[in-house]
Amino acid sequence: MYEFIAFYIFAISTVILFLITVLSKNVLYAMTSLAGGMVMISGFFFLLGADFLGVVQLIVYVGAVMALYAFAMMFFDTTKDVKEKYNSPRLVFLLGGLMAVVFVVIFSAPIIGENLQVASPITNGVGNAEAVGIVLFTKYLVPFEVAAIMLLVAMVAGIILAGKKMDESLTTTVLPLVDKESEDEILKKESR
Amino acid sequence: MEKLVYIALFAPFVGSLFAGLFFARSPKNIIVGVVNPALIFISWLASVALAFHVAEHGAIHVTMMDWISAGALHIPFGFVVDEVSVTMMVVVTTVSTVVHIYSNGYMDHDKSFNRFFSYLSAFVFSMMILVMSDNFAGLFIGWEGVGVCSWLLIGFWYHKKDVTPDINPAISPSYAANEAFIMNRIADLGMLVGIFLIYWNVGSLQYDVVFKELPHLEDGILVAIAIALFIGAMGKSAQFPLHTWLTDAMEGPTPVSALIHAATMVTAGVFLVIRANPLYSLDAVSDVSYFIAALGTFVAFFAASMALVNRDLKRIIAYSTLSQLGYMFAAAGLGAYWIALFHLAAHAFFKALLFLGAGNVMHAMDDELDIFKMGGLKKVMRGTYLYMGIASLALAGLPPLAGYFSKDAIIETAFNEGTYVLWFALVFTAGLTAFYSFRQVFLTFDGEERYKRFGFHPHEMYRYVLVAMSPLAILAIIAGWFQDSFHEFIIKLLPEYEMSHHTHHNAWWLGLLVLFFAVSGIIIAYKKYARKGDKAFKQDKKVESGFFYKLLMNQYYIPAFYVEFIVKPYTAISDKFWAIDKAVVDATVDFIAKVIYKTGDSSRVIQNGNLSSYLNWMGIGAVLLILASAIAVVMG
Amino acid sequence: MIGISHYLILSGLLFSIGFIGVLRRKNLLMLFFATEVMLNAVNIAFAAIGNYYGDLSGQMFAFFIIAVAASEVAVGLGLLIVLYKKYNTLDLDIISTMKG
Repeated sequence: MYEFIAFYIFAISTVILFLITVLSKNVLYAMTSLAGGMVMISGFFFLLGADFLGVVQLIVYVGAVMALYAFAMMFFDTTKDVKEKYNSPRLVFLLGGLMAVVFVVIFSAPIIGENLQVASPITNGVGNAEAVGIVLFTKYLVPFEVAAIMLLVAMVAGIILAGKKMDESLTTTVLPLVDKESEDEILKKESR
Repeated sequence: MEKLVYIALFAPFVGSLFAGLFFARSPKNIIVGVVNPALIFISWLASVALAFHVAEHGAIHVTMMDWISAGALHIPFGFVVDEVSVTMMVVVTTVSTVVHIYSNGYMDHDKSFNRFFSYLSAFVFSMMILVMSDNFAGLFIGWEGVGVCSWLLIGFWYHKKDVTPDINPAISPSYAANEAFIMNRIADLGMLVGIFLIYWNVGSLQYDVVFKELPHLEDGILVAIAIALFIGAMGKSAQFPLHTWLTDAMEGPTPVSALIHAATMVTAGVFLVIRANPLYSLDAVSDVSYFIAALGTFVAFFAASMALVNRDLKRIIAYSTLSQLGYMFAAAGLGAYWIALFHLAAHAFFKALLFLGAGNVMHAMDDELDIFKMGGLKKVMRGTYLYMGIASLALAGLPPLAGYFSKDAIIETAFNEGTYVLWFALVFTAGLTAFYSFRQVFLTFDGEERYKRFGFHPHEMYRYVLVAMSPLAILAIIAGWFQDSFHEFIIKLLPEYEMSHHTHHNAWWLGLLVLFFAVSGIIIAYKKYARKGDKAFKQDKKVESGFFYKLLMNQYYIPAFYVEFIVKPYTAISDKFWAIDKAVVDATVDFIAKVIYKTGDSSRVIQNGNLSSYLNWMGIGAVLLILASAIAVVMG
Repeated sequence: MIGISHYLILSGLLFSIGFIGVLRRKNLLMLFFATEVMLNAVNIAFAAIGNYYGDLSGQMFAFFIIAVAASEVAVGLGLLIVLYKKYNTLDLDIISTMKG
């Protein structure tokens, strides 16, 4: 019963928060509602017994990713509302709605999966974090290491991309679009 | 021995590739002029060695590889060297060797010297395949190969402009080449039908299998096969009514005329009939055989009559070739296959010699061919005069030269078969032959020196060329002396043909009669054309405006007839079909192209460079995919 | 009782919301938010299916998706900053340099 109530509270709040994220004109609102939605999603993970995943969701998404977004937003002009031109709003909602309907239809159909084999069964008497650790460092060791390297590479890339010319103000000065002549000069300089 | 077969066959091929691949675009290269004749000479050596081998040990049959193996059709790439093919091989390589060396001199100043040798050697290779193949498919390949080479070589000077027929009856080399090729297409269709009929009814194309099966076939089919194959032979050997291409083929360089249009390729038709002798000697097809003989006789006379008045040096020889081919067909049709082959060989030697002599004259006279503009050339061209004299004597059939033995045997055959009409026509034609060949010799070499009036400065050909021609001259003299040994050699394969007792009895006066006609022909020619001074030859307007003169001069109006009644209606029909083609076929193709073009043009707007709209398109695609999978789930 | 289909339907709905965002938004930062929504929706589905089958593989996939999302944000934001430096805007209608 608690599960039932919890699920619906989480479900309704995530849908509303994400709708705000998608439809809001204000970047700050969108980001805040996104963060809230992610917190709610971690609630689903706790409900599903994936405690560790829920914690990771909170730390990585709500903590790290959202913090990154928050820092990034400092570079951009976020006080104004985002002005966007919507070419064909009907088509967008039609497609999205169609997709939603199709998903609902597919998932509400009885699942034919009785003969699926369990690949990594949850061992009884072991906590979720331990179980995750066991599987992660045995079966998924190589992907785990690859993911680690990927994160490292992403970090380096992020630093280099964002870190160049940090001393210049981004919001006030506008770099001129590189024209043909100066492009040639740059090439010449580089070749020297 | 197998190696010799391959050497004989592939040496010319190597020569062709050598000249074609390495020197096609380079200017005249003397290496080509040495290597190619040398390779042909090697082929000749191998052929002669094979001839001795065959004489002692019998035929050699080699299968190089499987060539076509499809379902029940099985054609190996095989060659047979027996008495008939080895005779042809020796004849072909002998003439080819001489012609190759001769071409060195004749094509001396031509800028396409290397190309010429490449084609010429390719021709020899094709001809070798033709004569050596052990099945009809291989024969057909060689048959088409020589056709292509003939086309290439007739049109060798393709850059010459088209002119009207009254300036040059052949219009231009490329026109003549196309004419020859297209005429041969007509005939080759017949040949193909014949081959298909053989395959349908016998299930094989190997000579030995086919000839063994022939007597078990129905008469109608045999007649059909015989007719179809003979149509092919008619085209290649330029028999009436497909004869017009041969004289126009004289547009090619003279060595080509000597090799292809006198000695070898045009005799392929005769070779085919000889090769298929088990078919043509069957009782069921005796009517066809008789028709062959009759047609041959007719062509012999018909061509000789046109040669009487012609003024073009090479065309006269071309007509005489036609005429002699007629003789060969007459012999083959009457069942005297070995005599036909004998005449083929002898004719090849003296006719090639005649052509090469004509080439010397052309070379001396700056490519002038009108014999009325020559005369008295013997002073400056002694060697050529000698050669052409020998060749003409041989052609006229005077003893003891080659033509006497072979042609006499054919005429005797006609008598022996009791076909007296044919016999008399052949005898009379022998007289005409003597007349026109000496008319040409005398007009060229004797009489008044008319060339001076036209400002020519004739000079003799290079000495080495004259020396190279000597083997042909010797063969033209002595080839006939080996009649008996050739007979003994060849009847191991070809059916024996014996003169009856009655003929044997009358042989002496028959021979004398032919000789009488021949000699009187020569004497008339001498009186009319060879004298000087008051009795010197003058063009006679009265004769030239006569009906017969005009008829003969215009080749019985047959080319004109073809143009009026075949070429022009065909062009008209083609124009109509072209219009239909444009309206239906082209329009359909264009429509498809337009649809695709329009589609592309209208869908180009998708590429507007806006990432967001790309995302939209991707979204549409994703939704469609999910829909499809949903439908699959619901259905499944 | 809450069954797997509840979770899956919810996941589908959230995915569609993210999808609408991807299609509708022209601002690159907003597009990033929309993709985060889609990734989270998929994570729910993985966790639910893993739970349903008593299998940890679902959670593993969710982990890796989180890792990918994190690196995507790191690199993507770096790129956004560079873009913003160059054009002073993040609107896709203005940055349409891929016109062929």
